[in-house]
Amino acid sequence: MQPFTPITSRVVALPIDNIDTDQIIPARFLKTISKEGLGQHLFADWRYNPDGSPKPDFPLNQPWAREAHILLVGDNFGCGSSREHAPWALIDFGFRAVISTSFADIFRNNALKNGLLPVVVDTDTHRRLFDLVGANPSITLTLDLASQSLILPDGQQVHFPIDAFNKRCLLEGIDQLGYLLKQEPLIQAYEAAHPARVNTRITEV
Amino acid sequence: MTLAPRTLFEKIWEDHVVVEEPDSPAVLYIDLHLIHEVTSPQAFEGLRRRGLRVRRPQQTVATIDHSIPTTPPEVPIADPQAARQIQQIVENCREFGIPLHGIGSPTRGIVHVIGPELGLTQPGMTIVCGDSHTSTHGAFGALAFGIGTSEVEHVLATQCLLQRKPRTCQIYVDGYLRQGVTAKDLILGLIAQIGSGGGTGYVFEYAGPAIRALSMEERMTVCNMSIEAGARAGMIAPDDTTFEYLAGRPYAPKGEAWDAAVKQWRTLPSDPDARFDHTITLDATRLEPMITYGTNPAMAIPISGVVPDPASVSDLGERQAVEKALRYMDLRPGQRLLGHPIDVVFIGSCTNGRLSDLRQAARLLKGRRVKEGVRVLVVPGSQSVKRAAEAEGLHRIFLEAGAEWRESGCSMCIAMNGDQLQPGQYAVSTSNRNFEGRQGPGGRTFLASPLTAAAAAVSGVITDPRTLLE
Ligand code: SF4
Repeated sequence: MQPFTPITSRVVALPIDNIDTDQIIPARFLKTISKEGLGQHLFADWRYNPDGSPKPDFPLNQPWAREAHILLVGDNFGCGSSREHAPWALIDFGFRAVISTSFADIFRNNALKNGLLPVVVDTDTHRRLFDLVGANPSITLTLDLASQSLILPDGQQVHFPIDAFNKRCLLEGIDQLGYLLKQEPLIQAYEAAHPARVNTRITEV
Repeated sequence: MTLAPRTLFEKIWEDHVVVEEPDSPAVLYIDLHLIHEVTSPQAFEGLRRRGLRVRRPQQTVATIDHSIPTTPPEVPIADPQAARQIQQIVENCREFGIPLHGIGSPTRGIVHVIGPELGLTQPGMTIVCGDSHTSTHGAFGALAFGIGTSEVEHVLATQCLLQRKPRTCQIYVDGYLRQGVTAKDLILGLIAQIGSGGGTGYVFEYAGPAIRALSMEERMTVCNMSIEAGARAGMIAPDDTTFEYLAGRPYAPKGEAWDAAVKQWRTLPSDPDARFDHTITLDATRLEPMITYGTNPAMAIPISGVVPDPASVSDLGERQAVEKALRYMDLRPGQRLLGHPIDVVFIGSCTNGRLSDLRQAARLLKGRRVKEGVRVLVVPGSQSVKRAAEAEGLHRIFLEAGAEWRESGCSMCIAMNGDQLQPGQYAVSTSNRNFEGRQGPGGRTFLASPLTAAAAAVSGVITDPRTLLE
């Protein structure tokens, strides 16, 4: 994973609550065995007509959207299916951060494991961001993870929360599996003290 | 020294923490890891890239459910991508020594149906799967939750997960369910009350007389949809109903080991004065059959109710979501759903694809005919469910009524396998998600119980099943 560096970018806004991962990437695109190339299917059913042509008024189809790294969305983003294809598709499209008032648990975990930053803001800031982008779609926002700050166009800084562990992993590009593998002696000790509760290999079924 | 009173969740959590370093999440040991073809290939690829083995193949089990057709097994898989994905899990399981309940196996089925029916799912366990409806297994008093593919790789490699301790919420369901009102209606009623993000950050423990009275299969229906309220997991304390269900199942403990296990399982229920971070109460007696009108499971109303008016929703984002949903569903504020025509009925899924669900649907379809022009798919949750249903003649009731009787799998719950709605079609579905396009691009889903689905099948319109029950 790449270390997470500060972002200054334009913003794609989708002012809809409860956007589920079936919308982020519909299930028919999950028949892949790779993580690559999913950006073309991001929000496929909102983004394309049934004949495959792009819907001109959908925000992701604006010519500059591919250069935007920040997605601004309604409450409870990423609910529903656990598919990690959702953050893979967002990242492949070019996003590095998503701003909302809240994220579904599994989506949040999946995003962090892939270097996509979920930024939680309070409802006032959230509304203000939508107003700002609505009034002037070309504004830019800055996200600095080290200081946990979101910087608005007028220079105002808004603090956002993140736990110390994920922050360190993102900033240093640490892979969490590496951390787990280092616990091997403790895992062995746990297994020695706790016999397995089930054996999936018995075959008298 | 007396121990502080603990909840069911806390007992299982504490029993599985390998280590918790300061400023880091806990390393949680996983007893059972379930995998399926859709969310695992990239995890195995990751293992290969790093030269890692599967640490505990004997605590891992695989099946094929999402992209598999529900046509007879001798029919070749038409979709080359699905065939490739299925081939991949076969190869991965062979290479890494993981038992696979694959194509042609009499024990294949939806991952959340076969875990319990094989007795793999047991009280007190930690269970994960790259699938959000892993919450189903909590019905046995296990801590079971869905994970992403990176985490699947973590568990394959280390049998552990990095987890932050969630908060606990007791869902106390008082009273009893009335005739014609089912476990599905109970959970839809709860989700409608608290919203699709209402459980975010929490593990639910369902309690109260209405929950105690449920069978294991009904408890699974309830726990299954915990995730639709955003909850990390849903759990029900094990009791005699649980033990009776498990006794004699293939992977359940036997003999002395069984007695010892039951003794330990009896210590799991939350202590009488254990504290929850939050409590929500629900009165089962007041519930009616529920049905969704919108595009998330929280957009649900009693079946005799009317579609809400977005103008009456105070929160802006919420209002826009309801407006968007009504446009997608082509419904009007104030409209009654009773009498609304439908095109397809889907009976199946990990929510309502078990034997008792099929019995309920059959009870209503027996001696009746599916309304002309309506397509009805009955898809058992597993091959074992299929055999059991056939042994008691349920398939004949379905076929004689004019419904399709298919092989097991996820089928039209997720529409990855060719079973799908056409754009604009309306379905009454016993599955768990009514998201836009979930059952096929442009398809429109009304979620309901097997009874309500069967009632719609015979009348061709949304119908209160109680009017058809003698
Ligand atoms: S039946 Fe539906 S919800 Fe259940 S595991 Fe399959 S796709 Fe997921």
